[in-house]
Amino acid sequence: MSALSRRSFLSSSTGAVAATGLLTAMPAWARGAVSGTVARKGSDVLSGEHLTMSVADTLFTTGSRRGPGVAVNGTIPGPLVRLKEGQNLVVDLVNNSTHGTSIHWHGLLVPFLMDGVPGVSMAAVEPGETYRYEFPIRQSGTYWWHAHTLQEPLGHYGPLIIDPVEPEPHQYDRDYVVMLSDWSEMSPHEIMKKLKVADGYFNYNQTTWTDDYDMSGEDRRMWARMRMMPTDISDVSGATYTFLVNGHGPEDGLEYLFRPGERVRLRFINGSAMTYFNVRIPGTAMTVIQADGQNVQPVETDEFQIGVAETYDVIVEPTALAHAIVAESTDRSGMGVAMLTSRPGAKAPVPALRKPPLLTMADMGMGGMDHSAHGGGDTMGGDMSGEAAMAGGAMTMRDTSRLPETVKVGPGLDMVSANPVDRMDYPGLGLEDVGHRVLDYSQLVSHKPHAEVRQPTRLKTLHLTGNMHRYMWSFDGEKFSAVTEPIRFAYNERVRVKLVNDTMMAHPIHLHGHFFELVNGAAPDRQPKKHTLTVQPGSSAQFDLTADERGDWAFHCHLFYHMHNGMFQVVTVRPLAGGGAK
Amino acid sequence: MIRAFFLLGTALAVGTSAMAQEQPHAAHTMPAPQSPQEQPAHDMSAMDVEKAASQDRAKDSAAQSGEMSAMDHAAMGHGTMAMDSAIPETAPPPEAFENPGFAADAFVGADVMAASRAEVIGEIRGPKVFWVQGDRLEYRARQGEDGYLFDLQGYYGGDLNKLWFKAEGEGAFGEDIESAELQALYSRAIAPFFDVQLGVKQDLTGPERTHLAVGIQGLVPYEFEVDAAAFLSTKGDLTARIEGELDQRITQRLILQPRAELSLAAQDIPELGVGAGLDSVELGVRLRYEFAREFAPYIGVDQEWKLGGSADFARLAGEDPSVTNYVVGIRFWF
Repeated sequence: MSALSRRSFLSSSTGAVAATGLLTAMPAWARGAVSGTVARKGSDVLSGEHLTMSVADTLFTTGSRRGPGVAVNGTIPGPLVRLKEGQNLVVDLVNNSTHGTSIHWHGLLVPFLMDGVPGVSMAAVEPGETYRYEFPIRQSGTYWWHAHTLQEPLGHYGPLIIDPVEPEPHQYDRDYVVMLSDWSEMSPHEIMKKLKVADGYFNYNQTTWTDDYDMSGEDRRMWARMRMMPTDISDVSGATYTFLVNGHGPEDGLEYLFRPGERVRLRFINGSAMTYFNVRIPGTAMTVIQADGQNVQPVETDEFQIGVAETYDVIVEPTALAHAIVAESTDRSGMGVAMLTSRPGAKAPVPALRKPPLLTMADMGMGGMDHSAHGGGDTMGGDMSGEAAMAGGAMTMRDTSRLPETVKVGPGLDMVSANPVDRMDYPGLGLEDVGHRVLDYSQLVSHKPHAEVRQPTRLKTLHLTGNMHRYMWSFDGEKFSAVTEPIRFAYNERVRVKLVNDTMMAHPIHLHGHFFELVNGAAPDRQPKKHTLTVQPGSSAQFDLTADERGDWAFHCHLFYHMHNGMFQVVTVRPLAGGGAK
Repeated sequence: MIRAFFLLGTALAVGTSAMAQEQPHAAHTMPAPQSPQEQPAHDMSAMDVEKAASQDRAKDSAAQSGEMSAMDHAAMGHGTMAMDSAIPETAPPPEAFENPGFAADAFVGADVMAASRAEVIGEIRGPKVFWVQGDRLEYRARQGEDGYLFDLQGYYGGDLNKLWFKAEGEGAFGEDIESAELQALYSRAIAPFFDVQLGVKQDLTGPERTHLAVGIQGLVPYEFEVDAAAFLSTKGDLTARIEGELDQRITQRLILQPRAELSLAAQDIPELGVGAGLDSVELGVRLRYEFAREFAPYIGVDQEWKLGGSADFARLAGEDPSVTNYVVGIRFWF
């Protein structure tokens, strides 16, 4: 089965290889390229105990867009690293590119020195250098790897699958990776500047005199008064991004083959820099069996939102000749598309982009203040929510007296959630009333009970803060650059961490080197384990953490330009003695 | 200086209310002028500034934590989560503070890691940005000689501290340039939507003067961009100016921009033709099409009035104190 699945994975890329092969066959002078090679789309497979991964500057083309990229072993995404639980791994990272690089093994339990974060656990691997990673594989599941430098949005990422020692709990006939990502012909530096100087630069779904958003004049005035956009869903949109599936744009016709009657496992990985996706396969239900590499009790659903850096494994039993795999960006500015097809070339219709969603009362941190607080909230077009917002002092968007003293108040903080409610049962922006089943965090239940059921001994609250207009992001009002004190945990300490989102954007918060358990209403021994957690706009979310991996670990928002503009912290687990290095 | 700040404050207050009246009533999508009772005082720009400037970090934490936990209970959607109220928010245990400060130092080398950390901190501090905007570069058709106007600004800096420049000038074709000025300012973010700016203004046409410039630039509620400044010249003349602009999107790329500018003077300045009080008012509306965010040609109309003493000076010089300009221009930035 494993061999079959690998062949299938490869075959999906063959067409593109042939096409780009023509390009690479051209002499360098005819291509006018900076560095010569155009990256192939999709992945080869690397397996075994000793791997070599070479980073190089490249070009990338998709549709009519063409620009700089960074490829690992010649492809974007880089190779699928497929390992076996219990094996040892040695990876030689060779930097043939012109910038510093690293590989972070996203979701893997590794010695902290192998975690691959420049400035925290290593120094960046400079051009011409080679760096050796070496660690045992202690887990199984679907993960990914990526650079923890500016190379990540350029293509330096790839899937990572670890096959378990124990048999899989579910039967399936095919096993595919569906790695979602976003790519722009604009360089990361350029994107960052646009975001800094022009609020809403990439947003072409803004409210206008001629839009057909369901908003009253009063609602529109309220948003204008707050100096915020109800359409501020994705900072970087399809205006510059092409959304990729295994490196293939919507025009590339990527196909996943199946025979009717087969059960197909699809491993969705959101490897994008900035894009949340809404994933569905019209005409067939999906059974979610794994989240962030950890098995969960099967949940059947029709759609799920996948945050940046999250993974979901699903099983589908397609019935039609072909089904479209649709990954629509949450701001509805574009989609990644591939075909699940029983015959090469057979296509299913691709649904049109749906109407862009609007932020709600709950997204403004006033979830408890209207009558629909249970996991959603009306859109602002709702009957009374606008008035409720205006009533009394409830409209204060930045009542800093609500913040604990640990939060630094300054120009970098434009909003304080007045009543941040827990929204584990929220399906994600724009999916509240789509008319079919949508997965939410409260539906995730650990497949097996876990041993750790200790009640946390203390609560640690952190505020996610920012100023959309200035494009500043931070934890507790302080950018990483301003922070000297890390977030401290004692080794083996059990802590409940509460994240309060004082912004109107969803933030996928990622802790390195650990799994934490979502406090989502499941029994204490069945709380699902994750490495990345979306904190909904204006909301709070909690997780329980056993700090059982010694060392220093990055803790950050996985939206690339949020991290690179300050929403980044370091978690320390002490004492270090007794196995810190390995 | 005190007088300058007072004047600035007056200019800001006058300007905001003037702009509120200036808002077109055209479409349902536009923020209509607010009646006083609908406009909560805490949302006023001046209050924002004041609040941020005198940020009081000493808070009644006991009262606050009580309030927070009360809210948490109200917000709980799941029974099992209510137990978090039983989890105390205490400091980490002592062993969490054990050395080393940086775990990788001992293994990678303290100097190597220090350099790497510095580099990452530099990246994550956010980039220093160089930005230049031609807000108005326009041809002005009017009675008599047609004219031109340029209005540029830009900055270099990080999130909180920037160096700003502003350049503005106008004239009529076939004549010497009428007025031109250049400002160099240090700009500091003092609130989420406001910067204070301090620097010098140099008049480039005669009689040339140098001014101390103090101002506030930012975004007030309802998304007006406001730039208010007071100028104290080396001759002791005190003047002030307030500009406000509002972008109204008709479509994603077609944008209507009403604009107002008021000039004030604390005294007569006969050699400049300026009378004490409200010196001039300029109201304009421009319709631009953003081929790209960075490049947008526009057309519009712009009305200037000289008032009071300034109008008298203009009439004495044989000029019309009221001029209507039909404008065509481009707006760009890079």
